[in-house]
Amino acid sequence: MAAREHDGLSLNVGKPGFIRNRDWPTHLLLWLSMAVILFPMIYAALIATQTNAEVFRFQLTPGSGLAEHFDQVWNDRNLPRFMWNSVVQAVLITVAKTVLSLLAGLAFVYFKFRYKWIIFFFVLITLMMPTEVMILALFRFVSDLGWKDTMAGLVVPFAASATGAFLFRQHFANLPRDLAEASQIDGASPLQFLFRILIPLSWNAIGALAVIQFVYVWNMYLWPVLIISDQERQVVQVGLQGLQGIGTGLTFGPLMLGALLVSIPPILVFIALQKPFMSGFALGADK
Amino acid sequence: MGIVLGLIIGAVVGGLAYGYRTVGQAAFGAVAGVAGSAAIMAGLGFCMFADDAESTEGVLGLALAGAVGWMFAAGARAAFAQSGDGDGGGGFGESEIRTGAYRLGWWWPWVLLSPTLIILIFFLYWPAIQTFRLSTKLTRLGAPRVGERCLANFSELLVTDPALVAALPLAAIGVIWGMALWNNRAAPGTVAAAIARALQPLGIVVLLLALYFVFEGDNGGFRQIYVNTLIVSVGTVALSMIFGLALAYLTFRRVRGITVYRTLLIWPYAISPPIAGILFFMIFNATGGILAALAERWGFDFPDYTQDASLARFTIILASVWKLLGYNLLFFLAGLQTVPRDQIEAAAIDGANAWNRFRLIVLPALGPISFFLLITNLTYSFFDVYGTIDFLTRGAPAGATSVAIYEIIRVGVDNGDLGRGAAQSVVLFLAVIALTAWQFKQSEGRISYGGA
Repeated sequence: MAAREHDGLSLNVGKPGFIRNRDWPTHLLLWLSMAVILFPMIYAALIATQTNAEVFRFQLTPGSGLAEHFDQVWNDRNLPRFMWNSVVQAVLITVAKTVLSLLAGLAFVYFKFRYKWIIFFFVLITLMMPTEVMILALFRFVSDLGWKDTMAGLVVPFAASATGAFLFRQHFANLPRDLAEASQIDGASPLQFLFRILIPLSWNAIGALAVIQFVYVWNMYLWPVLIISDQERQVVQVGLQGLQGIGTGLTFGPLMLGALLVSIPPILVFIALQKPFMSGFALGADK
Repeated sequence: MGIVLGLIIGAVVGGLAYGYRTVGQAAFGAVAGVAGSAAIMAGLGFCMFADDAESTEGVLGLALAGAVGWMFAAGARAAFAQSGDGDGGGGFGESEIRTGAYRLGWWWPWVLLSPTLIILIFFLYWPAIQTFRLSTKLTRLGAPRVGERCLANFSELLVTDPALVAALPLAAIGVIWGMALWNNRAAPGTVAAAIARALQPLGIVVLLLALYFVFEGDNGGFRQIYVNTLIVSVGTVALSMIFGLALAYLTFRRVRGITVYRTLLIWPYAISPPIAGILFFMIFNATGGILAALAERWGFDFPDYTQDASLARFTIILASVWKLLGYNLLFFLAGLQTVPRDQIEAAAIDGANAWNRFRLIVLPALGPISFFLLITNLTYSFFDVYGTIDFLTRGAPAGATSVAIYEIIRVGVDNGDLGRGAAQSVVLFLAVIALTAWQFKQSEGRISYGGA
């Protein structure tokens, strides 16, 4: 929906603030907030090491079940398979969306053509059409294409987006005006211009879109639930369902361990790229 | 009878939507409106006024005629406004028509745009159209046979009394319109204007209340879904924004290691909704969770959230707030950078206390970003909350945590009843469109998203 179009919103939160205060109460409050926010994760890490008996004993020290849980999650329940499927899906969607958005941005900024405003409006309107509200019809359509249980079904519907197109449109429009002219004088075609000039100038925007896409695809849940039923082709978030019942009844440890393992990649991506993320690029949202 | 009424409504609404400064304009708008309402009624084969149709279907049909009539007239106005101010080549954003624009074959931009357009057409526009079509059908997932339901999929979501269905929304619209009129007419600076402005949010409350009474309240009716959705989304949005702002205020200080603190507070943003559900499932679990264990130690019973409706909703809200907090913190931090620092200092010198500085300088400067977060958080609590619910409660107890998107999947996929599921999708779609329209209206002129 339109909420997802906020490509002009630049973030710059790396700088210190202007509120002056005595230090130690601030530190205390910060530590308290961190304790609250980190608690679910730390608690899950604790449970991940405990067998069910230890969980029910309400033991506050690490338990003895970690190795066994890891074996169950990693080998029996095939978590690496789910992770691999999610990585493939994320890479394909990110590459496709970046390329298509670059091409669309190029067309919108460097070409003058009839009915441009209609096309622009046509793309803009999709910002207020979240996939979720039409998911039943999309499910039926993709099933009719025979794409159930295929990577195509997971990737193609999400390979283009208005957010990406507008991100690059905005970005190109802010580049110096005479770039295109100069490259035309040199006799470069639009595609040469795109690959030789625009892309090298756009790594920040491309990187930003890539991070957001990776986290978005990795965290995708509802669509894979519908379109993938073959366990061999399932993605991580849905694969976690299989950890809810191991053996007889519910075991907490493997489920928590699985949740933690699945959370590692997006958190790593976020931490590795937090500098560009926090210092001044336009944060396109999750579509 | 119904058809004539539909055409009249289309004419009136069309005239209003097109603008009625001159008779010609009003007449043109009315014609567009009539065309719209006629098109939609004929498209459905006038089935809502048939003898065997329920009377609420007739009311819905009239509302539909009015809505499509309005769309036709407003669309005509937008189209004329666009083509009026240009060569048809690009009425918007003249800054795009650059000195460096390529002059190659006409097909170049179309080739560049075609992959994007093809995917948007097939995987967004086509399913959207299909959703509207399916919503009038009786059809099962995977079955080729299709029956006609006219508007019955919708009317069964509503109370059976057609008068109520017609009167309540009209009354709500009347209240909102009246208040907007009052707000525009009242001279700025007077008491009346202040009251009018203060009463503005009441319009939304009135509309939400009207919808509450319009949706079927009997067992299994849509009213419960509506209430669940409202509680979960309002609770999530309010708490995550309040705590997000508080955290942003706290981390917007010059203390040692503040960037480390910020990173450690923001990271839950990267966690998925299903995993937020799993983590809170563990904490609130009645047999193995830490809260239950603590409660037992202190000698009282911790309720099982799969049995207790309010606790179940609260758990879902809490998990969503936890996941959204980092996102809101990030944007509120960005927003705080735009607060005019010299004004804060001047106010401090003039002796304004911290609360007044916050209320009078910081909050107004955060307006745009708060509004943006309001919309994104609402979108989250409408849709992404699905994964959290699926791992936490699965709609239990007795449907108390089944929000609209969860119900759509339950009806449409689990029960395989595509038509009814699609009808509920359309209702949710209308909510999203209303939100977007509200956002566009708000952002007209007033809100600039900082930066570029």
